[in-house]
Amino acid sequence: MKKRKIGLALSALLASGTLLAACGSDKGDESKKSGSDKDKFSVAMVTDIGGIDDRSFNQSTWEGIEKFGEENGMKKGNGGFDYLQSASESDYNTNLNNLVRRNFDLVYAVGFNLHDATSEVAKQQKDAKFAIIDSVIEGQDNVASIMFRANEASYLAGAAAALQSKTGKIGFIGGVEGDIIGGFEAGFVAGAKAANPKVKIDIQYAGSFGDASKGQAIAKRMYDSGTDIIMHAAGGTGNGLFTEAKERKKKDAKADVWVIGVDRDQYDEGKVNDKTNITLTSVLKRVDTAAEKVSKDTKDGKFPGGKTITFGLKDKGVDLADDHGVFTDDTKKKIDEFKEKIISGDITVPEKPEK
Amino acid sequence: MSKRVVNILVPLISIVLGLIIGAIVMLISGFNPVDGYIALWNGVFGSSYNMGETVRQITPYVFAGLAVAFAFRTGLFNIGVEGQLIVGWLAAAYVGSAFELPKIIHLPLALLAAAAAGALWAFIPGLLKAKLQVHEVIVTIMMNYIALHVANATISALSDGGDKTEKIHDSASLRSPFFESLTDYSRLHWGFLIALIAVLIMWFILEKTTQGYELKSVGFNQNASEYAGMNVSKNIILAMVISGAFAGLGGAMEGLGTFGNITKMTGFTGIGFDGIAVALLGANQPFGVLLGAILFGGLKNGGLNMPNEAGIPVEIVSIVIALIIFFVASGYIIRVGLDRLSKKKKEGK
Repeated sequence: MKKRKIGLALSALLASGTLLAACGSDKGDESKKSGSDKDKFSVAMVTDIGGIDDRSFNQSTWEGIEKFGEENGMKKGNGGFDYLQSASESDYNTNLNNLVRRNFDLVYAVGFNLHDATSEVAKQQKDAKFAIIDSVIEGQDNVASIMFRANEASYLAGAAAALQSKTGKIGFIGGVEGDIIGGFEAGFVAGAKAANPKVKIDIQYAGSFGDASKGQAIAKRMYDSGTDIIMHAAGGTGNGLFTEAKERKKKDAKADVWVIGVDRDQYDEGKVNDKTNITLTSVLKRVDTAAEKVSKDTKDGKFPGGKTITFGLKDKGVDLADDHGVFTDDTKKKIDEFKEKIISGDITVPEKPEK
Repeated sequence: MSKRVVNILVPLISIVLGLIIGAIVMLISGFNPVDGYIALWNGVFGSSYNMGETVRQITPYVFAGLAVAFAFRTGLFNIGVEGQLIVGWLAAAYVGSAFELPKIIHLPLALLAAAAAGALWAFIPGLLKAKLQVHEVIVTIMMNYIALHVANATISALSDGGDKTEKIHDSASLRSPFFESLTDYSRLHWGFLIALIAVLIMWFILEKTTQGYELKSVGFNQNASEYAGMNVSKNIILAMVISGAFAGLGGAMEGLGTFGNITKMTGFTGIGFDGIAVALLGANQPFGVLLGAILFGGLKNGGLNMPNEAGIPVEIVSIVIALIIFFVASGYIIRVGLDRLSKKKKEGK
């Protein structure tokens, strides 16, 4: 009997744990039901399991949609703009379907995890329009694929790192090997070599996007071996890099350690105290700009269905964040030169790392 | 009050209680509970699509619940259903995509592979428990983590560093165009029939076979069973293996029905853990498990519609649903408590 009691308590605990796992901070947004107006344009999105306030991808897309909605006098809810969050992978399909059934004119699927679900729902709901971010769905006229040339912005980051480095050694920490992160790596390496052919680049993958302690261990090894600037493209794993760099800076104010952030401007993450910040710059991936633009195009009747639209430096889909006065004049000048050359097409940035 | 009346009243009252407390939570956070519950109802029964999706959601819960319940009846606490489900899913997805066979062979083979993988995963803790008295709770929990990461690594290896396996062939799929047209493109698949069969199988094994009697007997009292000449360690291992097979089949529902492949996971699916609650809600009886799974799956799928139709954030929805289940589970506890009280009175006399 005693065993059964323990069992009951344990199971209640586990069950509540899994049920409550989805609970994060409530943003307290309210959506009022409003009748769908056929003349108006409406847009919605489905998050991946990261949730709407993931400080990255999903959040950024939502910000773009919100901005688009506000500019066009739309309201949150039916006939305006809205989002649905996915708590598990089986929710993608249902959420996409639900939004289509509410007659949204355009539905965003955020992240390559939604590839299969989007492809399937789009085949069934031929009248609905979809746009998927960071993944390509070919041969379906009602799906637009949105990709980013993160390699171009990474090229600039690599060049900046090579130019700013005092030791001549720079590092790159990747999350999980694959096409998307490979683009970051390829650009970073190419840019660094272009700026300084003699620069040494230390590349390591953590094998995870969520392992901050592993990120910190890799960062420690790199800094110990004389690397002074490290870029990451590793999501949550990259937080360990920030921790390590900040700790070093706290111990020794003169320590030459820098971090290059990713996706959004990670300047706030690099704050050591009011005067010191270890963030050199960040490689920006403007998902919000892209979401806004594709919404606008679709509203104007120019839905890029069946096509892959790629956002690069040229259309400000990717960029280098503000350096907050850290770059030398020489670095700034050279980076502007590289940027112009990439935009004009004089430099083609590789998409895949050399093996 | 007769026992039958109590049996019906307790769960009804507890569901109503759960709904009331859930309504209060929604009111406090500034949402209309009536709208919320209408959305919940519509999410379950509102359209043929939603009904199809609800049945789809219920299916793996039935298997997870059966797996936990079966082990429980033998006095074992299988928390490893989650891991067994993942390896079953992986095995089903692999067999479904790697071979090309006629449907009559392919589909049963994929299901069998899933059941075998789940059984194997549960065999290890069963063996350790039977031979070395290592507590199955610890081993099964750890086996969950091993399953998760082994599955991820295998997916990576199978797909040349990608993050999902190839889609299974149609010959291994549980999906059917008939259901799709019937339920407006929901992902309803034949799995629910297999789930119903599994419920009957568990009932049959436990209630109609000598082996089932032995399993239950070991669950009641190991020493007495041994004294009566039963092989306790064999029964422990067998219970775990059957339990794991159920869990593995639950994974096959996802692999062959819902998704048609397996994607790298960053965390547990949660189905296996929810299965513990499903089993306990169903008092570890096969038909009770079915009811528990219907409640769980229904709430889960209906809950998805609450942000969609009533604009209630998913976080509040999770709390409301957890409260409903909490009260249903409490009803069970109350009943157990009442039973025990009346038993003690009788013994006292």
